[in-house]
Amino acid sequence: MGMQLLSLIVKEFIAILGDPRSRMVVLVPPILQVLVFGYAATYDLNHIPYAVLNEDGGHASRSLVARFDGSPNFERVATLQSVEEIDELVDTRQTLLVLHIDQEFSTDLSAGRSPVVQFIVDGRNSNTALIAANDAQSIVSDYAYELLGSVGRQGPDAVLVDRVWYNPNLLSRWFIVPGIVGLLTMVVTTMVTSLSIARERELGTLDQLLVTPMRSWEIVLGKAIPPFIIGVVEAGFIVWVAVYWFHVPFRGNLGTLLIGIACFLLSAIGVGLAISSLARTMQQGLLGAFMFLVPAVILSGFATPIANMPHLVQQLTLLNPLRYYMVVLRGVFLEGATLSSLSSQLWPMLAIGVFNLAVAQWLFRHRSS
Amino acid sequence: MSIPTPFSHAAHARRLRLRGLMIKEFLQILRDPSALGIAFALPVILLILFGYGVSLNAEGVRIAIVADQPSHESTSLAGSFGRSRYFNPIILPDFKAAQSELANRRIDAIIHLQSDFTSKVHDPLTPAPIQLIVNGVDANTARQIQGYVSGVWNKWLIQQSRTAGQAPAQTIVPETRIWFNEEIRSRNFLVPGLIAVIMTLIGALLTSMVIAREWERGTMESLLTTPVRMDEFLLSKLVPYFILGMGGMAISLATAVWLFGVPLRGSVVILTVASSIFMLAAVGMGLLISTVAKSQFLAGHIAIVTTFLPAFILSGFIFDIRSMPMPIQMLTHIVPARYFVAILQSSFLAGDIAAIVLPNAGALLLMAIIFLVLVRRRSSRLIG
Repeated sequence: MGMQLLSLIVKEFIAILGDPRSRMVVLVPPILQVLVFGYAATYDLNHIPYAVLNEDGGHASRSLVARFDGSPNFERVATLQSVEEIDELVDTRQTLLVLHIDQEFSTDLSAGRSPVVQFIVDGRNSNTALIAANDAQSIVSDYAYELLGSVGRQGPDAVLVDRVWYNPNLLSRWFIVPGIVGLLTMVVTTMVTSLSIARERELGTLDQLLVTPMRSWEIVLGKAIPPFIIGVVEAGFIVWVAVYWFHVPFRGNLGTLLIGIACFLLSAIGVGLAISSLARTMQQGLLGAFMFLVPAVILSGFATPIANMPHLVQQLTLLNPLRYYMVVLRGVFLEGATLSSLSSQLWPMLAIGVFNLAVAQWLFRHRSS
Repeated sequence: MSIPTPFSHAAHARRLRLRGLMIKEFLQILRDPSALGIAFALPVILLILFGYGVSLNAEGVRIAIVADQPSHESTSLAGSFGRSRYFNPIILPDFKAAQSELANRRIDAIIHLQSDFTSKVHDPLTPAPIQLIVNGVDANTARQIQGYVSGVWNKWLIQQSRTAGQAPAQTIVPETRIWFNEEIRSRNFLVPGLIAVIMTLIGALLTSMVIAREWERGTMESLLTTPVRMDEFLLSKLVPYFILGMGGMAISLATAVWLFGVPLRGSVVILTVASSIFMLAAVGMGLLISTVAKSQFLAGHIAIVTTFLPAFILSGFIFDIRSMPMPIQMLTHIVPARYFVAILQSSFLAGDIAAIVLPNAGALLLMAIIFLVLVRRRSSRLIG
């Protein structure tokens, strides 16, 4: 029995990695993608192109503009002479932000009134717009605090003191790169497993498997182990890239992460095999994999937080194994989370995995026509 | 050209052949409902699911307020947080409990007012510290929370000085105007982008397996023995799937406008033309994949790998291309969705801007031509 299982596993490995073209498709994209996406997927805005329209010309307004020029985040792309020029510049995306200081600025300031500084921000990407606006506002408020504090006026009653846990410089890469580990392990394992039974069914070799003395759970096990090993190796490689290439801090325990990876792979393989045993043809298997993968990735919390979703969609994500894996990955990497604090994320993945493997095994028996 | 009769005769025969092939392709699509489902139902389902699900606007942030020594001032500050739609505050008695809530991800931030808060508020010389602790794992959300907290803090200061009967302290007032999206609704830019991502997938998925299927089933060989020419064969594949894709596109655009209320400020004509060019590129890419792969298994794999994640991450749909390092920015130029995302975001939110529509549509047209020429070349080599 053990020998049969072993030879089935070997046969599966050959089916996945034997053909050089399919080997390419399974192994190469994750390696390239982690590097490309690790750099591409970021919310950090380091070079905000901005334009200046300073109608005031007084000393205070000039030193405010100098603050922007001196900031590492802002890059001046244009200096405007009139309000009419703003439209064209923003419309064509040449600038993200326009700093507009009107003629009253110096007069208001010396008269003891509060002058207004106007920002015009291109809101086509609202998230980028928000970040740019916040950065610009904090430059202005720092400047105001120094300028007006220096003439001996009274400061505010209370000040805000920020502290950030786990990610003091708020680098979004620290959030995204561990997420990419999840994304790529998910894509690879689902694609490999979703076709494995469907292919045998289409080629007619499934019946041959069924007439062997192996039990159906042994066959399912033989189908599950090779993608599991491939998944562990690929996840391990991507974690390695995250730590040594992207320098994302790894504060937790490697053992905890491995347990998380194992639980996730079990769930992803379970879903993949269930899809595969449901499909009559490879095409259906692929379509099924796609129908599962795309929503699972987009609604996983990888790029947009689950907390922002409407209640109903949040409930739906409870069925998504990637959702839990994201928390585990970021927890182990950034928070140094322990196994016990992650248990609420691990058991749902186990449950999804066991349930789907059982479904796969049942379908396997009862759908072999 | 000089002898009209044989020419028109040949042209007539060509037309007949082409029509026959297309009818065959349409019948095949109608008989297999999965293609219709992929073209019409799938984009709408995905768009509705993602349109509601994908948002970058943090609202109802779970925040704990800890006042070491509750006072009139700390209560009024807590009240300000309670009134903000961005926060969903809970009051916790001590800082330790709040820290453990934060560590267990049950809250996202803590506002901590130490015991000397009230005395410092009343002391004109020392400002009272409001300590804000944010979970920074999700840096983007953390930054938003900082911004919202600072908004509440500013409002509270003004309210405080007003109740004390003082004029607000002199400051510089930043007045921010977000053009094209005044309420900063992330959905307004994400939904148009989602259409580009979803239609990339649909276009590739519809066509990537089409030619591969003909090879795998052996129907390609029988087609090759007929007088059908390669151009006619490819055209008969291209046209039906292009029409299907455009149907799905129309439904998606309508969903964006009617269901999600995304303003459409550009002209429908320009949007339609740009969408057609994009669809041509998407279908061309799918045909290229299926010509190269020759097996449905490989074609499907390549289609998912080359369309889904690149369109999701490298198109500018959610991650701003300007924030990427230069080499990656260059790389995004080979992703067709990138150009369509730029057109869609501008056409919906800003209007018809020639400087955006023309270069992006031109790039898409170029990609479509390259894909189709490559398909043509590879196919004739297969026959030759």
